Amino acid sequence: MDQFFFAAEVLANGLMTGVMYALVALGFVLIFKASGVFNYAQGVLALFAALTLVGIQQGQIPFAHLINAAFGTSLHHFGWTVPAVLAIALTAGVMVALAFLIEKLVLQHLVGQEPIILFMATIGLAYFLEGLGDVMWGADIKTLDVGLPQGISDSIEGATAEWFGYGFFIDRLDIWATVIAALLVAALVAFAQYTKQGRAMRAVADDHQAALSVGISLRFIWVMVWSIAGFVALVAGIMWGTKSGVQFSLSLIALKALPVLMLGGFTSIPGAIVGGLIIGVGEKLFEFFIGPMVGGATENWFAYVLALIFLVFRPQGLFGERIIERV
Amino acid sequence: MLDKTEGYSTADGRQIGGVLMEMKNITLRFGGVVAIKDISFDIRQGEIRAIIGPNGAGKSSMLNVISGFYHPQEGEVWFKGYRRGPMKPYEVARLGIARTFQNIALFDGMSVLDNIMTGRLNRMKSGLLSQALWWGAAEREENENREQVEKIIDFLEIQNIRKTPVGRLPYGLKKRVELARALAAEPQILLLDEPMAGMNVEEKEDMSRFILDVNDEFGTTIALIEHDMGVVMDLSDRVVVMDYGRKIGDGNPDEVRRNQDVIDAYLGVAHD
Amino acid sequence: MLYREAGDFKTTYRDDGQTFPIRLDRWGYYVTLAVAFGIIPFVINDYWASAVFVPFLIYAIAALGLNILTGYAGQVSLGTGGFMAVGAYAVYKLMTAFPDISIVIHILLAGGITAMVGVLFGLPSLRIKGFYLAVATLAAQFFLVWLFNKVPWFYNYSASGQITAPERTILGQAVTGPASTASAKYLICLVFVFALAWIARNLTRGTLGRKWMAIRDMDIAAEIIGVNPLTAKLSAFAVSSFFIGIAGALLFAVYLGAAEVGEAFGINKSFLVLFMVIIGGLGSIFGSFAGAAFMVMMPVFLKNVLVGSLGWPTDLAAHIELMIVGALIVMFLIVEPHGLARLWSLTKEKLRLWPFPH
Repeated sequence: MDQFFFAAEVLANGLMTGVMYALVALGFVLIFKASGVFNYAQGVLALFAALTLVGIQQGQIPFAHLINAAFGTSLHHFGWTVPAVLAIALTAGVMVALAFLIEKLVLQHLVGQEPIILFMATIGLAYFLEGLGDVMWGADIKTLDVGLPQGISDSIEGATAEWFGYGFFIDRLDIWATVIAALLVAALVAFAQYTKQGRAMRAVADDHQAALSVGISLRFIWVMVWSIAGFVALVAGIMWGTKSGVQFSLSLIALKALPVLMLGGFTSIPGAIVGGLIIGVGEKLFEFFIGPMVGGATENWFAYVLALIFLVFRPQGLFGERIIERV
Repeated sequence: MLDKTEGYSTADGRQIGGVLMEMKNITLRFGGVVAIKDISFDIRQGEIRAIIGPNGAGKSSMLNVISGFYHPQEGEVWFKGYRRGPMKPYEVARLGIARTFQNIALFDGMSVLDNIMTGRLNRMKSGLLSQALWWGAAEREENENREQVEKIIDFLEIQNIRKTPVGRLPYGLKKRVELARALAAEPQILLLDEPMAGMNVEEKEDMSRFILDVNDEFGTTIALIEHDMGVVMDLSDRVVVMDYGRKIGDGNPDEVRRNQDVIDAYLGVAHD
Repeated sequence: MLYREAGDFKTTYRDDGQTFPIRLDRWGYYVTLAVAFGIIPFVINDYWASAVFVPFLIYAIAALGLNILTGYAGQVSLGTGGFMAVGAYAVYKLMTAFPDISIVIHILLAGGITAMVGVLFGLPSLRIKGFYLAVATLAAQFFLVWLFNKVPWFYNYSASGQITAPERTILGQAVTGPASTASAKYLICLVFVFALAWIARNLTRGTLGRKWMAIRDMDIAAEIIGVNPLTAKLSAFAVSSFFIGIAGALLFAVYLGAAEVGEAFGINKSFLVLFMVIIGGLGSIFGSFAGAAFMVMMPVFLKNVLVGSLGWPTDLAAHIELMIVGALIVMFLIVEPHGLARLWSLTKEKLRLWPFPH
């Protein structure tokens, strides 16, 4: 019986992780749909957003290390702190500016290149942003606190202990993260489906040329999509940063989102959500049941192998369209 | 009705042989859409056989059935007296069926010479080790096949662009390189998918000359699809006319020209 | 008349197909070989061997391998680090299990084992393409690293989880272990590079190379003209992994001496080799060398400038290096997606026409 409750608890945790994966995957899908770019830098964007947020909140001086090294000064902080809400708003501004710069300096010059070249360019971008984040704010592990509740939820533990005789350990942060991520996912779907900009975005996704010919500005759409992706990255960065500190490993959540995309199809918003949930639950359950037999840490690869096996049987993913080849 | 084994003589006195390939009651569907409906015809040794029809008539689908890229739901394909089961495209190529493509499918990253050499891949049998060390069979084969390829290069008059990457060539020359690649395979049947599409009059004349020369010089059987009626009538020995996935005419150019259904399909007819 | 093909007539197809059709190139090649084999081994010291030459030669092999798969056959792989790990652990198991057999044979066998693993992980390429495949190769990366980390048999149950190369000799000279000299390490890597580059050149100019390139440029057309995609793709995975496995074996046994899988063969290694191939030039043997040289020497150069001359802290220099590498990748892709190799051939083109460009 205990085994069953353990599994149920693992399942619940898996679902919540899955929502986070879905959120990151959604950032990928949006950019891919609108610009055909497979944005490897999505994870680093989250890291960069979290670093910037902490930096602004704590009043760090950007590039302090570099300035100190170059001019022999010893700057570190402005000496003030910024309230969380304002800091988040400022960081969102930085992400929009970043989106603008990326479009201007990188994407604009790569229009019409093969998708794989664009993909490699985003790997380069990821390296650059990782270095930039470290140079701007320092590479030490930082704690991020924007006032989200943390710790094991006593009420859930108490309630479940009463009902089942087994208390579920669920982190309050996870619950909050799930709720916020779910809201954001819903908002994005609604945005893409019902607003004018969302329609324009979907038009661009379908056919660049046709969209241009009805007067949609490609550049505007790209900046917009990268801004949204930056915002999604910020949210993901806040969640994961609060949970396990702001450090390099945060950018690896992007690597977790990749199998989600393979599973769900690169262009499908429902695919990203369902895929995220499947991977989140699947890897937790696999680790719970099979992990102990093979030495644990199967989360590192389970998602990939699952996606790989799945793709061999259905190459277009869960919700992707079937590709008919012509000559 | 033509005899299955005996050939016939063309107007210009060439002798056409027996049946090389025969399509029997071919039907091809994509989902609910019927692209080809119950079509039968044959291709004979040494002839130039054309399939014509207006846009959307199912010509390209037919060519893809012949080349093994699509598998028809019903009907049989017979080649050299044997029924051809469902095969992978590369297996069909190894039977001796080569083709060109409407939208030019050359390998853009490779030189003209390398592109044409790919036509002979199936004749090169040297093993991995021999190739890795460039010793024995690999080098001998390379030079022997190069000699064959050079003959085709001479024949199609593309000597001066031998080492040029294909991506840099103009459209007309690309078409010619594609023809060269197909010829390099020394095919039993050469399939040409709209060889004149997008060409100006002069280029069309060149291409027609090459097609006739190929047939004349190497005796290659040629099946081509084309919607330019004029060119086709001058080139081909026999013509199949398709419309909306059905065969509406089959015979030598004169017969086809007189066929009322064909005239209706091309000129349009008042439906009542 | 420095750099001319005019007057240098080829009278056989054999001559026309040679690697360096222009006389000056041929001389340059012989001079490079003479310097590499005849001079450098006698003057090399530990710093130059470990900072520049040995890693350059080893990564050149890895880049050649990845270039065969990605540049020639068009299959993007992000699993290079994992495949290098297979080579490293294979050579480690062989070295410790059969100490009496020559290490050269062990390294070749390690390449063979990696080739088999590569074919296994290459199987999905028959069904999936492009990004999907690139991401799928990450499965190999993560799974292999996990495997070597979690199964103690692979690291002979050592307490640290590390693998350490025992001393092995060739012709009485130690090439692995602490007693090996700079010139011995350099020479064994050089011999492997020379042989493998020659093989890569032969494979890519012949039948197999044309099959690979046909699949890369247009897979459907390739299949219709008679290329079997199964054998073409899997042979690319096999040959590529053979090269990469040897690079992994040399990296561990000759260069590092001791390795921990996550650190030495993590995903960053996959990207490093991919960058070498992109910066050097996809589909170019010369480019593999150029890219490897660039990516090996740039950090050394930056470190000398930033840390050595300016006295900046090393971690700051490392971060700036990341930025520069990233920016260079993007810049290369924008300016010249075909990499250093194309720049080089454009220069040569100009030189050939000089001083009468029209």
